[in-house]
This record gives sequence, C-alpha cells and structure tokens, in this order.
Amino acid sequence: MNLRRVVVTGLGALTPIGNTVPEFWNGLSNGVSGAGPITRFDASLFKTQFACEVKNLDVDQFIDRKEARKMDLFTQMGLIAADQAIIDAGLDLEKINLHRAGVIMGSGIGGLRSFQDEVTDFVKGDGTPRFNPFFIPKMIADICAGFISIKYGFRGPNFVTVSACASATNAIIDAFNYIRLGKADIFVTGGTEATITEAGVGGFNALKALSQRNDSPTTASRPFDKERDGFVLGEGAGCLILEDYDHAIARGAKIYAEIVGGGMTADAYHITAPHPDGAGATNVMLHALEDAGMQPEDIDYVNVHGTSTPLGDVSEVKAIQKVFGEHAYKLNISSTKSMTGHLLGAAGAIEAIASILSIQNSLVPPTINHFTDDEEFDSKLNLTFNKAQKREIRAALSNTFGFGGHNASVIFKKISE
Amino acid sequence: MSDIAQKVKAIIVDKLGVEESEVTPEASFTNDLGADSLDTVELIMEFEKEFNISIPDDQAEQIGTVGQAVSYLEANVKS
Repeated sequence: MNLRRVVVTGLGALTPIGNTVPEFWNGLSNGVSGAGPITRFDASLFKTQFACEVKNLDVDQFIDRKEARKMDLFTQMGLIAADQAIIDAGLDLEKINLHRAGVIMGSGIGGLRSFQDEVTDFVKGDGTPRFNPFFIPKMIADICAGFISIKYGFRGPNFVTVSACASATNAIIDAFNYIRLGKADIFVTGGTEATITEAGVGGFNALKALSQRNDSPTTASRPFDKERDGFVLGEGAGCLILEDYDHAIARGAKIYAEIVGGGMTADAYHITAPHPDGAGATNVMLHALEDAGMQPEDIDYVNVHGTSTPLGDVSEVKAIQKVFGEHAYKLNISSTKSMTGHLLGAAGAIEAIASILSIQNSLVPPTINHFTDDEEFDSKLNLTFNKAQKREIRAALSNTFGFGGHNASVIFKKISE
Repeated sequence: MSDIAQKVKAIIVDKLGVEESEVTPEASFTNDLGADSLDTVELIMEFEKEFNISIPDDQAEQIGTVGQAVSYLEANVKS
C-alpha cells in the first residue's frame, strides 16, 4: 500500500514560557524557566506550592465571554492554540474540503477544575442534586476537539486521545496515520491540559511525583541533575496542523518539517513506575525508527520525556543508549521540561513543536538547571546542559511516556523535495 | 421592579451575556436572548439555587420568557 507523505504546516502554542510560538521558541532558546508560586489557588497547605502556569492570559480577548463560560480552562487554551495554528497554516476555509479535515486533541485528564468545583458545590449543599448542565460538557476530555470542529466546521474524524503524559504524541501519531492512509487531508492535532488545581497538585503530591523545592521554583525542574526530586506541574496547549504533502504543495503552504514515523508501546509493568531497564521506552523508539524507515544514525536530536524524576530519567537514558549504541554520543539530548515544566497531556505537543523548531532553526534548546552530575548518566552523552547548542538537525525524535505505562515517540525530519 | 425580578434579571444578564435593556418581561430566552436548550436548563437551576426552591421539570418547561420566570417565582418563593 502506498502511504502518503505528511508535513507540518502550522503551529500554535500557549505555554508557561510564552503565549505564542515565537515567544515559546524565544524562551526555549534562552533557557527561560516558567516556574513560579501557584496563583490559581491558595497552595499554602500543599507540599508543592509552585508550578509552571500560563501567564497573562486574557481569555476574553480570544473567546466570546458567553462561550468561554461554558469551557474549562483546558478547552479555552486548546482552542486558542488551535486558532494560532490554523491562522499560521493559512488555511482558507472556503477552499479546503472540510469533510476531509479532522481534529485530534489529546488531554491527559480534561476539565479537572470544572469537576472539582462542581463536586465541591454538591458536597457543600444539602444533598439536593443541582448539577449545572454544562458540568459534563466542560469536564469531558474530548470537548476541546468538539469546540474546534464547531468553530471551524471541520467534519472529518474528531476525538481525543487519553494516555496520560503521552496523550498529545498519541494524537499526533493518529493524525499522521489517518492522513498517510488517505482518510483525511488535514488534521488539527496536539494536546491541552490545565490541572493546576487543588485536586491536581494534591493528587500528584500523593504520588510523590512532584518536586517540593519550594524555596527555588525556577531551579526545581532539573532533569539528569543528581539533586532532581520530581517534576514540576505545567499547563498549556500545543497545536500542529498536519497535512498531506501534495495538498500542502498544491495550496502553496509553508512547510515546517515532515513527520516521518511514530511508535507506540506499553511497559506492561507498573501503573506509575517506569520499567527499570526502559524496555517499553527502548521498543517505542525502535518502532518509530522502523516506521520512518530510518537508522539510529539518521537522528541528530532527541527531545526526551525527561521529567526530572529520580527513576524516569535513568530508565529513559538507558533506553536511548540501547537504541542508539555508539551514535548516542553524537546525539544532542535535551529535556525542554526543565523550562516548561510538565504539561502532561499537552507535553507531546509542545515538545513536538520544540523539535520541529530546532530543526528549522538549527538550534537545540537546553536542559537548564544542571548543577551536579549524577553518575547514573554516562558523562560522554551530550545532554545539552544549561545553554542552547547550534547544530544542523536532519531529524529529531520526541519521546513521551504516560502513567499506565504508555510510550509514544514521533520523528520529524527536515523537509526534502 | 420587585426584588425577585431584579435578581432574575441579574442572573439572565450574567449567564446569557446579554444587555440589561434586552431583558424585558416579554423577552423569550431562546428566541430573543440567544439561549439554547442547555442555557435554559442552567437558568432554571440558577433560579432554584438563588431562591432555594425546587422547580419540577413539567413546570420548568412552561417557563420560556423573563416574565414567566418572574411570575412563577413570585408565586412560589416563600418570603
């Protein structure tokens, strides 16, 4: 079967280090941390009192107030990122076939704030079940994809992918597959997440997953550092327009990069702990390479999942060394979560964007906050510590792993004729 | 305007995002104020919360205008 080529023609990002793609890239290239004290609720009783929040977001500027009221923050942010990407791609809604345009937006959780608030209201009451009719549509994780289709009239495949922190990468791979199979021409894809709430922070704290470095939020996300103590919760959205290559060429679209392969595996090991040898992570990268028809030597940059947890970083690096062998020493490896925090179900989207822009700009964003070497990591690896590095990047691989043992990797390549 | 009517107006302005001047007694939630079926359900729920009463579904279905809401509430809210 002849598979079609798929390219990236539009990008949108709303992140803790920038509310547009250029601002996001500027933050990444300059090693800016998005962490700070939590402002979304009073976190003074929580073990972790900081996070990577999206800043200065005036939703009214983008979404009619009456509509915005019916959306959880995760939907609002996803819709704003989608708007950016659709405008960036220069899609002419009068000319494209809307029946062949789909939306797949990942989200790890969905409307956690809406869920928490509505249930709290109920519990505080006298037991009379007065639930707001918008409670369910605000909360369900698929609703952002629904809103995007309603706004733009995209009538192709439309759903959410939920695989915790791998959600957005699963979304991107699904969109890629539908286009190359000829099921659609265009996809709006990526992920969105807004879980900086009492339930979100309290829940992740209970899992001992979050950094508790309250005295220094901006240095708390420190993947591969000996003193790393957990991830920093982030929020935001990333959106990519994927398009059939011929379709993009025919309408004269600008092309950022080509998406050439995706891999998906499971650890089949533990609900939250990664496989100690990185077995699932190894296989997912091998699958992505095989899917792309590439050799390990064809990759120049790996944007790691690298959340800054004691166990996760170790097993991922083990997996990279298994997959890439001697070539691992020639790779640039970096964790942009050191700057953005962990956007959970949106992580794969903004990290795909980081990978694509690194190819385009020949610059590898750094792993910031490296202070102390950890002997767990081979010192000959280039983990791109503290400062961005200039480098021609032929292809970049982005990893994401989710609670439940879900692994997803995707490969982007410099566009060639 | 009665206290109830004022509260009803405020809820409608807030939930439907309309101007106060549009909220006349004759105004229909769906035809004049841009509400869809879910908005209407939400309005009824907000009235229930605000006035601490329970409006049975069959009666809620009869409330389609601002005036109908005010009359129903004035007749059923214990002062």
